[in-house]
Amino acid sequence: MTTALDEYREVSPKGTVDFLYRLSDLVKGRSVVHVSAVRYGGGAAELLRRLVPMMTALGVEARWEVIAGTQEFFAVVKRLTDALQGRDEKITEDMYQTFREINERNAKALNLEADMVMIHDHQPAGMVEYRTSGAWLWRCHLDLSQPQRRAWTFLRRYALKYDAAIFSLSGFAQRLPIPKFLVYPSIDPLSPKNREMSRSEINQIVDRLGIPRTKPIILQVAKFERFKDPLGAIQAYRIVKKHHDCRLVLAGSGVMHDPEGEAVLAEAREAAGRDPDIHLVQLPPEADLEINALQRIATIVLQKSLKEGFGVTVSEAMWKGKPVVGGNAEGIAAQIIDEVTGYVVHSAEGAGFRLRHLLNNPGLVTRMGAVGREHVRRNFLITRQLGDFLTLLKIMSPQ
Amino acid sequence: MMTQRTGHTISDSTFTFIGCSEVQEILGQQAEDEKELAELVEEIPLDSIHFHTHSYFLRHRFIERAYPNDFSQWVVMQVGDHVLGERLAVVDPFDYPNLEDLREEIISIIDDHLSRMSIIPRVVFGEPFHFKRSRILEVPIGLEARSLAEFRQAVSEVDVSAIYFHMFEAHFRLGREESDFSAWIRSGLGLHELADCIRSINPYLGSLERLRSSLITACDEFLAKP
Repeated sequence: MTTALDEYREVSPKGTVDFLYRLSDLVKGRSVVHVSAVRYGGGAAELLRRLVPMMTALGVEARWEVIAGTQEFFAVVKRLTDALQGRDEKITEDMYQTFREINERNAKALNLEADMVMIHDHQPAGMVEYRTSGAWLWRCHLDLSQPQRRAWTFLRRYALKYDAAIFSLSGFAQRLPIPKFLVYPSIDPLSPKNREMSRSEINQIVDRLGIPRTKPIILQVAKFERFKDPLGAIQAYRIVKKHHDCRLVLAGSGVMHDPEGEAVLAEAREAAGRDPDIHLVQLPPEADLEINALQRIATIVLQKSLKEGFGVTVSEAMWKGKPVVGGNAEGIAAQIIDEVTGYVVHSAEGAGFRLRHLLNNPGLVTRMGAVGREHVRRNFLITRQLGDFLTLLKIMSPQ
Repeated sequence: MMTQRTGHTISDSTFTFIGCSEVQEILGQQAEDEKELAELVEEIPLDSIHFHTHSYFLRHRFIERAYPNDFSQWVVMQVGDHVLGERLAVVDPFDYPNLEDLREEIISIIDDHLSRMSIIPRVVFGEPFHFKRSRILEVPIGLEARSLAEFRQAVSEVDVSAIYFHMFEAHFRLGREESDFSAWIRSGLGLHELADCIRSINPYLGSLERLRSSLITACDEFLAKP
């Protein structure tokens, strides 16, 4: 019988799907419940939408619960997100109380009986107070390297009640006296953002976005935020432009209802001036096919971020066979093999230098792109993450 | 038990291939300079030494990195100290009978290097060294061999984690005298010459795929001999 997992035979490394079937024999019949804050939008939801059916196909009783919250609760957890990532946010005792109440209400309403309960991110993290059975794991998708002290002190009390925590990078973790596992995020090669596209489909989308394909294209896909350094990308492009007639496409979301996004976009517009070869493309949220098409027409992908979460756009680009020039932010550097699948750079000048070197060497662009795709195939596909979770299920919920 | 040079003679004993799945555990200790690196290498659990040397191959099973263990890779790529990186790169973990001896060698190389330096090289723009260890789960993969021909065929198609498990994990962490492959070829098939040949393959070749190729070549050359 063909299952959700069998679709991945053609794209995952040889033998992976069979290995996952064997691995799943060790946990068949066990139950897992994933809990997240939202059903749509965000990396956790994107992952769970595919992962839960795959686990079910392997004989694991997998469920996905989403917490119900008030508008006030989601405003509080948004502040908490920012504070945990180091921004200076004021969170009052009343706000913390809202967090506690919503977590208690959800813990009592949801069915959390399972061999392993995996809580995604901080929004539902407080439910651990009401745990009854099974192993509880906290899957933290955030960068906790420099949290605001009070916010982390608040959350840490909950974190201590878990059996283990999972982080996306070693550097994202805080000191905790429970086991801390490292699980890299992954991309789904069959999702709209990464699936193969026909030439006509690509053309249709790119024409609609108004990007001509008459010159080599340097692409950065990132929200219009300061940390993504769009001005640094423009500076790098100008260094390259003296030697190569190329285009720069900066495509991203994050502008609507976001003062920082609006300001950064305005600064980028000003820096671009009247250069017709710089294209600033505002994408709506979840513009998966547009991103897919843009990555496929790019010659080189740039990710000139100064600070980054994990930054799976790097893996997405490599999956499309593109070399990536990326800033030395931890998640980016973890994905690029320097000088093999692209370059890790420390400045706009460094980015310009490497982009120019690649445009001077089209054969290198092809070679790096091909190795990058294989690197992603073996390390950053959802099948690897499924294996990680099945292994954790076996290790953390022994029967 | 067979002793002839034929791949099809059936042995009484069966070799069962075991693959493995690894999850990485963050230990929470990190080094920002080479002195800290040596101090922490001294106190971390041996599992972590194993992780950053032997099981490096499990994580880089396809693409060979420029440096063959996490310590040399970090020293060169993040600290920018090529001298120490090169000295650590030539440490072959298979030269040491146990992980404690390997630990001592790594510390001794770093200490010797630092004794000749007027400053302690540290990370300026790069990332600190994060110590980790593996949790390895053994996974029976349903593949067996009862003859050399079956063994050669299975090695060519088995999940590469099984190559890692039988060549590295069994021998160096589980403390078996030699790799599972050479042990079975010796005792199960009675092929001492081939067992010695496989035992002499240095697993520190660069990648698990290259190791797989070496195993296949050894079997093919043995089978081709008159």
